Amino acid sequence: MIVSVHNLKKRYRRVQALREVSFDVNEGEIFGLIGPDGAGKTTLFRILATLLLPDGGTASVDWLDVVRDYKAIRRRIGYMPGRFSLYQDLTVEENLQFFATTFGTTIQENYHLIKDIYQHIERFKTRKAGQLSGGMKQKLALSCALIHAPRVLFLDEPTTGVDPVSRKEFWEMLHHLQHDYGITIVVSTPYMDEAMKCDRIALMQDGQFLQIDTPQAIIAGYERNLWSVSSDHMHQLLGHLRQWPQATSVFSFGVTYHVTVSPDADANRLRNFLAQKGHQHIDINPISASIEDAFMALSTTRQG
Amino acid sequence: MNQLRSFILKEFRHIFRDVRTMLILLVLPVVMVLLFGYVITTEVKDIRMVVVDFSHDDVTQQLCERFSSNHYFHLVGSADNVSQATHMLENGEADVVMVLAENFAQQLGHSREASVQLLIDGSEPNQASARTAYAQQVLTSIAQEFSATLGIEPQFQIIPVTHALFNPHLRSEYNFVPGNMGMILLLICAMMTSVSIVREKEMGTMEVLLASPLPPLVIIIAKLIPYLVISIINLVTILILSKYLLGLPFAGSLPAFMGISMIYLIVSLALGLLISTLVRTQLAAMILSLLLIVPTIYFSGMTFPIESMPTLYQHVASLIPARWYVSAVRKLMIQGVEVQHVMHETAILAIMAVVLVSVSLATFKKRL
Amino acid sequence: MKENYVIEAAGLTKQFGTFVACDHVTFKVHEGEIFGFLGANGAGKTTAMRMLCGLSVPSAGHATVAGYDVYHQADQVKKNIGYMSQKFSLYDDLTVAENLRLFGGIYGMSRRQIKEKTAILLQELGFENERDTMVRSLPLGWKQKLAFSLAIFHEPKIVFLDEPTGGVDPITRRQFWELIYRAADRGITVFVTTHYMDEAEYCDRVSIMVDGQIRALDTPAELKRTFEAENMYEVFLSLARTAIRTDS
Repeated sequence: MIVSVHNLKKRYRRVQALREVSFDVNEGEIFGLIGPDGAGKTTLFRILATLLLPDGGTASVDWLDVVRDYKAIRRRIGYMPGRFSLYQDLTVEENLQFFATTFGTTIQENYHLIKDIYQHIERFKTRKAGQLSGGMKQKLALSCALIHAPRVLFLDEPTTGVDPVSRKEFWEMLHHLQHDYGITIVVSTPYMDEAMKCDRIALMQDGQFLQIDTPQAIIAGYERNLWSVSSDHMHQLLGHLRQWPQATSVFSFGVTYHVTVSPDADANRLRNFLAQKGHQHIDINPISASIEDAFMALSTTRQG
Repeated sequence: MNQLRSFILKEFRHIFRDVRTMLILLVLPVVMVLLFGYVITTEVKDIRMVVVDFSHDDVTQQLCERFSSNHYFHLVGSADNVSQATHMLENGEADVVMVLAENFAQQLGHSREASVQLLIDGSEPNQASARTAYAQQVLTSIAQEFSATLGIEPQFQIIPVTHALFNPHLRSEYNFVPGNMGMILLLICAMMTSVSIVREKEMGTMEVLLASPLPPLVIIIAKLIPYLVISIINLVTILILSKYLLGLPFAGSLPAFMGISMIYLIVSLALGLLISTLVRTQLAAMILSLLLIVPTIYFSGMTFPIESMPTLYQHVASLIPARWYVSAVRKLMIQGVEVQHVMHETAILAIMAVVLVSVSLATFKKRL
Repeated sequence: MKENYVIEAAGLTKQFGTFVACDHVTFKVHEGEIFGFLGANGAGKTTAMRMLCGLSVPSAGHATVAGYDVYHQADQVKKNIGYMSQKFSLYDDLTVAENLRLFGGIYGMSRRQIKEKTAILLQELGFENERDTMVRSLPLGWKQKLAFSLAIFHEPKIVFLDEPTGGVDPITRRQFWELIYRAADRGITVFVTTHYMDEAEYCDRVSIMVDGQIRALDTPAELKRTFEAENMYEVFLSLARTAIRTDS
């Protein structure tokens, strides 16, 4: 287990940021921490990057203890914090150069690792980092985190606030790194759709893990009956669906509503119920869940 | 070593790319010296002098003539006794009273050394010290002239004994240059260092640095060196400006001066480092640094003489590094004393440096 | 029948040096509409939005918001709009009620109005018990909901939302959109940017900016038909692929 965490706890003055979380990451795996802001993802990353001391529990990275062997760990990891953390007043090249030297290496030595990523921004290498767009900044930050050929990459919300195209590109880069160089990647994201791009994920909320598994297994484990419902009056439909006694939850999902219903629910009865309320073009389909459905189901059970 | 070099290079880039920082670092010290210099040079013209001459012989006559022919001074009259002259000072009719004793010429002839009493309106310390310095210069040149015409070696010495009225503890030197040095160096070292470290915390780059194998000591040293270099440049600039622009003589030992300045710089840098460990935002770092500078202005002796403070305040003042630095610089620059006379100040500053450096190193976090 | 437009932009352009951030943007927004304003990072969304809010002067072209010219009548524009950005919306060190009182005051509401509306708003959000809670101790999702309610507290004609749901958990995100619907039902026009493509589906009409220009503007259903796409994500991808400029 290249990353191993047991019963990790951390409390800030007001908030319990981590409540005894445990997980393992296999070598060469992309492991995703999926959860909203405030779930405790950043705290977890900071402990793994040896920047914070846990209140309880243990954690190891590359078989080294995060508290005792912090110096050795710092040599072996690449860490990209949540906010853009490069020098805005230095150019693209100066930033990369600086971080290469900081890690006791040169750009040339590990250029092959960052080549695919750096190529996108190389023509802007004399531009100051502060003047790059979100997607570019993120590529530069990833290049800087990679330049010393780390064993493990910790990426804290690298795609937050980044548009879908740049996000897609970014994930392609991560898969390359995993595939070509066997780098282990622990990555967090608030975007549920990105969970599917990970080998295994932990769904996280309020400092706890709701579930750890492959995304496929998490979806397969979704036990409720889920229907996708739409009609010609979508605004009103929401309220009407909530009035239907056998609907346990109703959430909007793009063009339709995802409705969880009790096991004995009958689609025709819902159709009649909605028709009585004046809906037309009613469309009801049983569907399989997405990660987002699973997350919402898990987080409501936890809260309830 | 490579790490340190590239880090220092980065720091200089930050400095050179930020106009505001550059202004504070390199222009502010010059402006301050020029500003004070301007005030001094305009104010010391037309020094009104009253002479109380108890000798009335050729020597004192010549002495008075020298003063009246000097374009900084003009004699506004003579008085028969000291109290009459003092009265003129009090009424604002004169700025300086020169009292020549009955046996002035005799003394000069016998011991080649005679004293002249100068009474000065001390209500404005900077003006008063400038006037004293000018009078002193005139007296020195007269003594040289006398010796030269008579071909006497060693030279005559006319020693002014100065009494400032209304502010008796006024010292006869340019107060502002040493005081300004103390303040500017503190400002640059403490404020700029702490702000530059805290900026990395605020920007999130400190997080990346700490998670890298870079030893915290390298971070610290790389942060301190640029400001040390810039402070030394400023020190030299101030020295040159005060010598050639303000005509302030540098009387003492330059190596000793540079030595004690280095210790003071280390103290100031350590203070900056300490501030950076205490706060999280650049604004807080700036405010805390300013809180350091305010007592420096009041308690370093640059505005109020330490000797005339109540005992409690004197104790407070002895905790202010600038108080010792300013005192040592005054002795070295203006009074031209030997190194052993500033050992006391040097020792205290050295102790402060050791304590502050160890405390700030110990509190500098290797984690967030 | 004469259409009521609350935003009309004609040839709106903003140039920084040689760089055209916003290039002759022309569009209209109906009253009471939920208008999605999409685009890749650096496509010029923020620039356009700033001009519409009267915060930035257009280099060329003109726009009216709520019937006022964004350049000549910026003050009137500001009175008639609400604005919520992802970064700053609320004072962390004030309580919920204090924030409401402050913003009500800023928009010139009377003390009685503020009091009445505060009570209604807290009840609607289910925040009755949080009246005197410091905003900083509220969960992010709650803060965003409160920030939105605050942006429409003075009943503006239009509310501008700049990535209001970034980082918010999926349930709160949906509750947030229910608030948006409720505001739209009251006749408030909603102008919203987002990076969540499912949220683009919730809009009445969506515009997609590429390289400073609006390349597509229609209802989500129509856009999907035109681009032969299954969802808005694919629409977005196929448009963004045409981008030449990758940086702002």
